[in-house]
Amino acid sequence: MASSVIRVDRLSKRYRVGGRAQAQRRLGEALGDLVRAPLRKLRGSPADETFWALKDVSFEVSRGEVLGIVGKNGAGKSTLLKILSRITEPTEGRAELRGRVASLLEVGTGFHGELSGRENVYLNGTFLGMRKREIDRKFDAIVAFSEVDRFIDTPVKRYSSGMYVRLAFAVAAHLEPEILLVDEVLAVGDAEFQRKCLGKMNMAAVQRLCSSAILLREGKVPFSGDSVSVVAEYLRGDGLGGPRFRAEKETGRAQLLSVDLRDTNGVEIARPLSTTPFVLDLAYILPKRAPGTRVGIGVLSVDGIVIFTSNTRDVAAEVPSEAGRYRARVTVPDNVLLASDYHLAVCIYNDGEILDLHEPAISFTVESGPSPLYVGQFRRKGFVHVPCRWGVERDSGANQDSEPVTVRQSQ
Amino acid sequence: MAQIAEGGEPSEYLIVIEPGRRRLREEIADLLHYRDLLYFLTRRDLSVRYKQTVLGVLWAILQPLLTMVVFSVFLGNLARVPSDGVPYPVFAYLGLLPWTYFSSAVTRGAMSLVAHANLLGKVYFPRVLIPLSATLSALVDFAIAAVILVGIMLYFDMFPAAGSILLLPLALLTALLALGVGMWLAALNVRYRDVQHATPFLMQIWMFATPVVYPGSLVPESYRAWFHLNPMAGIIAAYRGAVLGTPIDWQGLSISSAATLVFLGLGIWQFRRMDRFFADVV
Repeated sequence: MASSVIRVDRLSKRYRVGGRAQAQRRLGEALGDLVRAPLRKLRGSPADETFWALKDVSFEVSRGEVLGIVGKNGAGKSTLLKILSRITEPTEGRAELRGRVASLLEVGTGFHGELSGRENVYLNGTFLGMRKREIDRKFDAIVAFSEVDRFIDTPVKRYSSGMYVRLAFAVAAHLEPEILLVDEVLAVGDAEFQRKCLGKMNMAAVQRLCSSAILLREGKVPFSGDSVSVVAEYLRGDGLGGPRFRAEKETGRAQLLSVDLRDTNGVEIARPLSTTPFVLDLAYILPKRAPGTRVGIGVLSVDGIVIFTSNTRDVAAEVPSEAGRYRARVTVPDNVLLASDYHLAVCIYNDGEILDLHEPAISFTVESGPSPLYVGQFRRKGFVHVPCRWGVERDSGANQDSEPVTVRQSQ
Repeated sequence: MAQIAEGGEPSEYLIVIEPGRRRLREEIADLLHYRDLLYFLTRRDLSVRYKQTVLGVLWAILQPLLTMVVFSVFLGNLARVPSDGVPYPVFAYLGLLPWTYFSSAVTRGAMSLVAHANLLGKVYFPRVLIPLSATLSALVDFAIAAVILVGIMLYFDMFPAAGSILLLPLALLTALLALGVGMWLAALNVRYRDVQHATPFLMQIWMFATPVVYPGSLVPESYRAWFHLNPMAGIIAAYRGAVLGTPIDWQGLSISSAATLVFLGLGIWQFRRMDRFFADVV
């Protein structure tokens, strides 16, 4: 196993519930406790509730490998990174890192607004573990990379946010570590420095950048392997508030039996990407022949606003009405729903009579996919993308001869 | 990449992470690796401190100078506190100079970790550099204020004695004490923010328990040995002896030096004990 540069062995981290509030007690409270229950002392009572942010996490990374860590918010990703960065200590377990480590949990750590760009390069560089000599040697390259050379002696509080981020990235880009620990926010920072454009986990980036990955779920690693299958597993199983619906029992009447989210290949997913079509797979039963029966869906925002509805009538074809079990597959086209959380309502009705209604049947999250629609914005406002046409032309009063310019949004 | 990386073969770097791991040898190696950070942190403290002030670095002088004037008026002129045969302003300034340093180094040290809370959660570096740089940056104010001492003495037709060279080791001793107390308070402050409110008060009481604006000779002989357990007592008396050319109470200074080491040891112990919880608690 000489080839593994990171070896993590049954790493666990326990936090007290309400950690901050409780740990940061005022002396008076601590003394009060001391008076009330002298035996329990300041050490923290056994009644303190604890939870494991990480539990028995093990994996290895060999030289040259890029490992992605995938999981929902609160699954333990940050805790794992903080332990490996030596910011916080594990409660149990052990990790070994062989090589020069650089850890980037944010850009511009230690930047001070009053200091000039030059001073901040040195301060930030040494925070990240570089020596002064090393920064001296790389300084020109860092400044060139950041493109802020004219302002390098200006206090960074006068920088635009773009300049600030570019300078911070430039320092990070010149670290030359053997092991690099990076938080997701930085993983998407490309030449455009689009730091803010993808606040959420970008699955496409993980699949593109990482050769392998581990999935974190409630502090444990239920799945690991190549990045494509780990991301697939994540999208399948880690949605918020149930991306699938199962009827508890059959009532003997017309009834919705199940709802599943699938990709176009029929594989179950939890979180569709905004840039790929996905399928709502509805299973229902008609216990007796019922001509004119329709099935409808409604997509709702989390606060219950109906964004759009659709039903079997939309396709103008008559749906079978014989008694039996049916499966309706509704394909939602790509680039319609923007990244957000949604509820899905499902209704089976006949001539205005509601036979079965679930509002919502499932809840799901659409993740932002790699698309020009998202570049340059933290989150695109609204819920649906409408491919509007734009015509921009010079005001007729100014210049009659000018050609109208047509700008059309492309996808 | 390998040839640019410092320190030779990659295999030289091995970081082991486990609960409760504290290896003094590793910690010292880390401190050495990050020594440039100490320099830049201190420089940042210095260049930021007087930004957007009108008087700027003059504040380093004004603090002990104005305090000296106030005490000269009330204690020297009105209360007629004895001053070992030296003009009271010189006597008081000689006490206030090291005291102002000590007090501001301790106060800044005590606040330092909490002031850097954001950093603690984002990046690894030896945490001790933070209170250490607070102690060091206060030392610059001390050096500036020391220059004014010469001016004050000349005004009273006096001149610093040859023993003034002792100011250097004495300043080091003061810095070590301030570091010890500062580290202790800084670590506690992460958990109990009461420290933030208690520190100014503590420093005030400590000042009056120390012969800063009154001579140590006022303290009865039988209490002297105990008196010197307060390290600042012996240290400030030694400052006066060194600059005025009067005999130095070496025995008292020895007790105070030993007490300083105890304070420093306690500070380091407390800091290392709580070090691993900083990021979780702050």
